[in-house]
Amino acid sequence: MIDSASLLAVLPELILTAGGLALMMVAAFGGDGSARVVTWLSVVTLAIAGAALSCSLAHGPDAFDGLYRADAFSVFAKALIYVAAAAAILLAPRFFSTDGVPRPEYPILILFASIGMGMMVSAGDMLTLYVGLEMNSLASYVLASFMRQDERSSEAGLKYFVLGSLASGILLYGISLLYGFTGSTAFDGIAVALGEGVSKGELFGLVFVLAGLAFKISAVPFHMWTPDVYEGAPTPVTTFFASAPKVAAMGLTVRVAIEALGPAGLDWQQIVIFVALASILFGAVAAIGQTNIKRLMAYSSINNVGFALIGLAAGTPAGVAGTMSYMAIYVLMTIGAFACILQMRDADGKPIETIASLAGLSQSRKGLAAALAIFMFSMAGIPPLFGFWAKFLVFDAAVAAGLTALAAFGITASVIGAFYYLKIIKTMYFDEPTAAYEAKGGPVENIILTACAVVIVLGYLLNPLLDQASAAAAASLF
Amino acid sequence: MDGFPILSLMMAVPMAGAIACLFASANNARWIALIATLVDFVLGIVLWMNFDQGGLQWQFQEYAPIFGRFAWALGIDGIALMLIALTVFLMPICIGASWNAITKRVGEYMAAFLFMEVLMIGVFTAQDLYLFYIMFEAGLIPMYLIIGIWGGADRIYASYKFFLYTLLGSVLMLIAMMWMVHEAGSTEIPVLMAYNFDPHVQTWLFLAFFASFAVKMPMWPVHTWLPDAHVQAPTAGSVILAGVLLKMGGYGFIRFSLPMFPEASAQLAPMVWGLSMVAVVYTSLVALVQSDMKKLIAYSSVAHMAIVTIGLFAFNQAGIEGAMMVMLGHGLVAGALFLCVGVVYDRLHTREINRYGGLSINMPRYAVLFLFFTMASVGLPGTSNFVGEFLALMGVYQASSWVALVCTTGIILGAAYMLYLYRRICYGPQVNADAAAMPDLSIREFWLMAPIAAVVLWMGVYPESFLAPMRSDIQALEARLAPAAPAGDSKIKMGAPKPAGESHHEEAPAHGEAH
Repeated sequence: MIDSASLLAVLPELILTAGGLALMMVAAFGGDGSARVVTWLSVVTLAIAGAALSCSLAHGPDAFDGLYRADAFSVFAKALIYVAAAAAILLAPRFFSTDGVPRPEYPILILFASIGMGMMVSAGDMLTLYVGLEMNSLASYVLASFMRQDERSSEAGLKYFVLGSLASGILLYGISLLYGFTGSTAFDGIAVALGEGVSKGELFGLVFVLAGLAFKISAVPFHMWTPDVYEGAPTPVTTFFASAPKVAAMGLTVRVAIEALGPAGLDWQQIVIFVALASILFGAVAAIGQTNIKRLMAYSSINNVGFALIGLAAGTPAGVAGTMSYMAIYVLMTIGAFACILQMRDADGKPIETIASLAGLSQSRKGLAAALAIFMFSMAGIPPLFGFWAKFLVFDAAVAAGLTALAAFGITASVIGAFYYLKIIKTMYFDEPTAAYEAKGGPVENIILTACAVVIVLGYLLNPLLDQASAAAAASLF
Repeated sequence: MDGFPILSLMMAVPMAGAIACLFASANNARWIALIATLVDFVLGIVLWMNFDQGGLQWQFQEYAPIFGRFAWALGIDGIALMLIALTVFLMPICIGASWNAITKRVGEYMAAFLFMEVLMIGVFTAQDLYLFYIMFEAGLIPMYLIIGIWGGADRIYASYKFFLYTLLGSVLMLIAMMWMVHEAGSTEIPVLMAYNFDPHVQTWLFLAFFASFAVKMPMWPVHTWLPDAHVQAPTAGSVILAGVLLKMGGYGFIRFSLPMFPEASAQLAPMVWGLSMVAVVYTSLVALVQSDMKKLIAYSSVAHMAIVTIGLFAFNQAGIEGAMMVMLGHGLVAGALFLCVGVVYDRLHTREINRYGGLSINMPRYAVLFLFFTMASVGLPGTSNFVGEFLALMGVYQASSWVALVCTTGIILGAAYMLYLYRRICYGPQVNADAAAMPDLSIREFWLMAPIAAVVLWMGVYPESFLAPMRSDIQALEARLAPAAPAGDSKIKMGAPKPAGESHHEEAPAHGEAH
């Protein structure tokens, strides 16, 4: 039934929807010239939606008879998603203006994707989940091929679309199996049925659902699309793909695993452990040979997803809190790193993507090199940077859950990952300078970059806050 | 000094200096770095003066639970005090040694060194397990940059090897730490030092910590990163690497492995002894055939560190005190030897021993100081290393006479390779014209080495100044280890003094072999 409490619980999505539609009208009548206004207004819309999260939490947790959840978990994830989406919007205009004018559709598409992502992390039912996922995906397919004239971008969009549809099909098939064998699409209903014992059919459904979700978080062995799409998509879009949808998909995976499939924990735990270790190893090893920095970031994201999954593998509240904290820190590092990558432009302002072009950056652009070095050391998990704490939390949860061997293996594999992050630092700091980059970065890029770097360096002071928020988020799932 | 956060201040001063250096011009950066390290040196003296010898075990404690799961908890005992003193003493010398040698990117260089100092003091003062780990690991970043940016021709390989080797060693320690914290319910190091872990688990925990400290130390066979790192690092980088960074491994054994896992330490002591015996003999022989000065001293460091490990795993006061004295002495002497190499390297830009010869003719002051440090490295009585090596070997003799026998050969071999090195560089005919034309020590170089020489002598003549602050802490450690300590094979009997004329050689062999 539609009641006022439910409507208030979905207030953030309502605001985004209304804002997105209104801005679409502005764009339709204002043309390309309205891009600037639309960009800033969509950031404002995201900010208002973010402010509405507290209202949503007050009227939760269940809305629309359990189809939708507005709990601490969804609020935590949505806050991250909105921040990442806003950053992706703000980083775009300068990039698109180099070859042509920025187009107002870009921020609007991100707004629509954000609605979908919000629904993903708030889903209380397989159908809400699917609708949210598709809404996000459709916007993402368009975003990937946003530079229509660019061959790589179109290719990325098509690849993403074909493989994404395949994954959606697998997911839907898994959902239908679960529905057929448990008689419910609601997470609670599925959990109740699984609690009475896991049948073969249910197990198959579970595997298919997890396979579909693994595609969305780009975990091995369903990662193949990631490097191509990341490389082909325009860099601001890659920034977006690497941050917000990752959080949404990870949040969704965690919620499905704990809320719906919780009673079958022992069955999915081994799958998650395998996927986590495979992602860590593959992401690390495959990244070593890369020469394109966007492609490297794609493998880095695969690698990071593996670490985040270790928290889920623990299956405890501490583990879930660790996974969500990991995503929070990961988003900051990723946005910061991409803000640096967006500044990789030759003297004429044309974007460059090769790692070799970074050579000697520490001498021509001191600040930029230092910032990128901070993000790389942080991603490698070297203390005292905040990325270490992200890894710490998930490994600590795994150790507490008795998975010491998993933690030991995972952390040893992280040393392999450290190698390719070091390679970037080596290129910037140890190699002789080559052609210099454009002398100055955009002000927006610089502000975002600096903010991320400051948090990554001083992040430990936020620990009490992060602990509290992530613990509350995790507690709402159990 | 009650309540005054002097330890935090000692970390804040170089940190502020590091940030200032990043934005300063080359010359200003040099002065900022020198002033910051000298201020820290003065603070170090104040710290020592106010340290209450034989008082509370943990002094100057600070506690601020600002990081959620772990706290900014600092505090020192006598052992940490000595290592902090070593750090703040060597740092101004390092800055001075880089004064003219470093000409490119000076600000960043000085910032990296000052940041390194923050982390080294942090390692020795941390009273929280995770804070310790963060400080311990973070040291990789500045050292990686120092070797990689300002190092020699093969610097990139050396920097990678240093970073990945030590990182791989350390990560398993982190997992062990997590397990310990969950088991004991506290991250405080003093609490964990008194906690009795299940002996079966201790073995695993010990091995995880051992992986980290053995690499850092470095022990044979995981020492191979050290010669590469030393050879490629700039002079001051080598000084700090040999002087302080290697001591983190020994400090780790004293602070963590021995008191936290006494049973496992006793059980695995033969392994440590075995590795140390191999290290002493093997790396000494390797040092003998080196043609690169820095590599030779690097290998000698491995041999000296092996004396430290056998002293630590002697499980008695003499051994542990000896190990600490070797660490302090080696920190000074190896640092000074690297400075000596740096002096001639700055003039001729080669470390090949054959390119020199007869330097005592044209560089008499240099030759005197170099000879002094060579003798100290050999362990001549009256120098710091003699005290440490003697105590360590005497300690281990009580635990295992065979280990003492084999390790004592290290001193003979040490004399061999050091004197051979000295002969080839300073004595003999002046075969190379360019080497013969080198000017003697400048005033700056002289005053970098003279203070070290003075302290080496002080430590050798009156070691009590350095042993006294550590004594009660080492006694506490010995008491903690006593129930688990392995029985010695030397069966020392403390008999009543016998009338003159009868045999008094019962204890003589250990001493006799030592020197």
